[in-house]
Amino acid sequence: MRTLVYLAHPRPDRSEINAPMFEAARGIEGITCVDLYGEYPSFEMNVDREQQRITEHDAIVFLHPLYWYSVPALLREWQDLVLEHGFAYGHSGHALDGKVTFNAVTCGAAAEAYTPEGANGAHLRTLLMPFEKTADLCRMRYLAPFALFGAGRAVEEGRDKSHLAEWRSLLKALRDDTLDITAARAALSLNGFTAAGAAKLEAV
Amino acid sequence: MDLLAAGFVYLVAAVIAVPLAKRLGLGSVLGYLIAGLVIGPVLGVVGGETVDIQHFAEFGVVMMLFLVGLELQPAMLWRMRAQLLGLGGMQVLGTAVLIAAAALVFGVAWQASLALGMILALSSTAIVLQTLGEKGLMPTAGGKGSFSVLLTQDIAVIPMLALMPLLAVNAVAGGHDGHGDSGHGAPAADAHGHGHGAPTLFDTLPDWAQAVAVLLIIGGIIVAGRTVIRPVFRFIAEARLREIFTAAALMLVIGIALLMNYVGLSPALGTFLAGVVLSDSEYRHELESDIEPFKGLLLGLFFITVGAGIDFQLLLSNPVGLVGLALGLMALKAGVLYVLGTGFGLRGADRWLFSLGLAQAGEFAFVLFGFAAGAGILGAEVIKPMTLVVALTMLLTPLLFILYEKVLAPRAVRTEDRAADEIDEAGSIVVAGIGRVGQIITRMLVTNGHKVTVLDHDPETIENLSRIGFRAYYGDATRPDLLHSAGLEDAKLFVAALDDREKQTELVHHVAKTYPEVTIHARAHDRHHVYELERAGAHLAQRETFEGALAMGRDAMTAIGYHPFRAEAASRTFRSHDREALDGLRESWNESGVSKSYIDAMRAHSQTLFELMKADRHDTHDRSERGWTPPPKGDASL
Repeated sequence: MRTLVYLAHPRPDRSEINAPMFEAARGIEGITCVDLYGEYPSFEMNVDREQQRITEHDAIVFLHPLYWYSVPALLREWQDLVLEHGFAYGHSGHALDGKVTFNAVTCGAAAEAYTPEGANGAHLRTLLMPFEKTADLCRMRYLAPFALFGAGRAVEEGRDKSHLAEWRSLLKALRDDTLDITAARAALSLNGFTAAGAAKLEAV
Repeated sequence: MDLLAAGFVYLVAAVIAVPLAKRLGLGSVLGYLIAGLVIGPVLGVVGGETVDIQHFAEFGVVMMLFLVGLELQPAMLWRMRAQLLGLGGMQVLGTAVLIAAAALVFGVAWQASLALGMILALSSTAIVLQTLGEKGLMPTAGGKGSFSVLLTQDIAVIPMLALMPLLAVNAVAGGHDGHGDSGHGAPAADAHGHGHGAPTLFDTLPDWAQAVAVLLIIGGIIVAGRTVIRPVFRFIAEARLREIFTAAALMLVIGIALLMNYVGLSPALGTFLAGVVLSDSEYRHELESDIEPFKGLLLGLFFITVGAGIDFQLLLSNPVGLVGLALGLMALKAGVLYVLGTGFGLRGADRWLFSLGLAQAGEFAFVLFGFAAGAGILGAEVIKPMTLVVALTMLLTPLLFILYEKVLAPRAVRTEDRAADEIDEAGSIVVAGIGRVGQIITRMLVTNGHKVTVLDHDPETIENLSRIGFRAYYGDATRPDLLHSAGLEDAKLFVAALDDREKQTELVHHVAKTYPEVTIHARAHDRHHVYELERAGAHLAQRETFEGALAMGRDAMTAIGYHPFRAEAASRTFRSHDREALDGLRESWNESGVSKSYIDAMRAHSQTLFELMKADRHDTHDRSERGWTPPPKGDASL
């Protein structure tokens, strides 16, 4: 699948996880990478260019920190402007039919917080429902989120390397059409989907 | 009495009578007439020379028609064609026919009757427009109807001037008048006597050749107006000498008048045509401003001479008859207007305003009387009493307006305002100065569909802008009269974008004082200029270099490796802090200018900014950096 990664991070210069993940994605052949805040620092979105971009790809990945159970402001702006009626949805809006999409998220709180019993009272996938519904409306295939919990302490705790490795193998699987899309749509999380493959790759 | 002394007497009379008349709500035309009446028949200070002065002053009429032409953009006329031809045309024709019929009944010869009908069908543009404007009645349906009729009448003067010679009893081909007399104070016999003028080369041509020549000359004026006059004015404008531009404007008007005289056509017709041709040129407002004072003075002088020529004995000998004639004339005119108003959908108060407001005879009557006398159509026995009657109708007009306001309007229902606004209102935004700054502002407003009137003193820029469809006018924007003719009193917004710092402040000061209703935005050179402009009355002053420099600072940061959004954020922080500094230092500057306390305050502000930016570079989470930072590491609540 032609894969497009959108990074939405207002301060990549001080990012510990998202920026390395973006760099990692850039290092993989056949993945298109766009730094949204880098391209539109004053929020003047080039709608035509963005529509062209998503039209030319089969998988659209949103890489971002979780801000107030949602995305940073510019990505919301991107949704509002780019997913136009007649393009992305509506009677004549079929540009995105069947495309694959998911959120690659970094979360401040630990994984336990994102459970029905935890502090946030719901799984991350449930909290990201607006994005899933958006994808549904655009007739896209929404996959479970790929997440790193407790992201603020990941570097100190040495969890960043394995996450990056898994991220790389996820993108490659997507690119090479080896990801089980049906299972990925049904799951709660994409984490662990390619863990085996990642371990193999690391060994090589 | 020599000419200088006579001129002094005239001026004294005008200076006293005109402001008084205006104060009393009688309008300036009546003021001039009364001034003439006082120095002539009443005091007898002036006498014989009035006729000479009148011929000289008649040139004011030529100028007036040039200005009328300048006001008449072909596009506007075309848009108003239904109103002009229908309402206006029928008013002129209907009234003229009825008055002519009445004159026939009184035993006047048919040619004279027809001339009287045409002359008296006209109303007083000067009095009516001024009164409607003063009372704020222009936007009402009645006011708009009146405007259309007055405009038609102004245009109708041209065919009337052309028709008059044909009515002459002793018709002479190519009859002409003394309007174009360039002011040597030529004796009346020479100026008005038919066929006594020196025969010109033109007169020796056969009739058909004369007709061809006339057509060629009219065509020549139109073609020259489009092709030659503009480059010439541009050449003159580039010299940046105001008096030379004024001289050129006068030269144009006088030249055309002379040419028309030479071929035996009305000079008024020629200058009117030239005015129409130049009405959509970028020099329109400047020409208007330059000619206007001459026209005003000459016309004023003309009205004084009319007043001085009034036969007071005549009025005293038959007051009832003359007042009765004046009332009858007004009743007839009002009746025609009432019927037409009804036919064109005016009701209630609007119909009354329309019928009563235009019931008087106009100042053009005095001009046309002189013209008709010259052509031998009307004799003194008709003109003398009729001049009185016209003056009386004008004198009664303010009373009719009072009748309308106090009695008729409160009782009547107003016609509902039509949705479509047919009259071309003045531009709602005026931009002064169309250099590097003004151009961007104007383009932005124009592309968003707003009407912008642009003033600048660079002829080349102005011509280029007109070529791409801008309403751009040549002229020095600091001139009060130019601002006025650009329609500043109706403007919503005035943008002062002059390059010259001192002129800019002066301009803002003048506009703020003269047009307190208008919002003023001003381009400033630096922060001190911002304070100066604010003090002069600007509602908003922007440093012209600030936003551009800020963008360059941001781009510089991006170029040396900052993330674009980081650079954008830095420029935003810088901007808001700089604005704060601007606000914080205002008081200090206003009190003492660039004093020690001002400099101290400025230093303090730069220090805060430096610390603000420095804090952002540290990897800490402190209050000075509010944007997009993760919560502090190890916050247990997460």
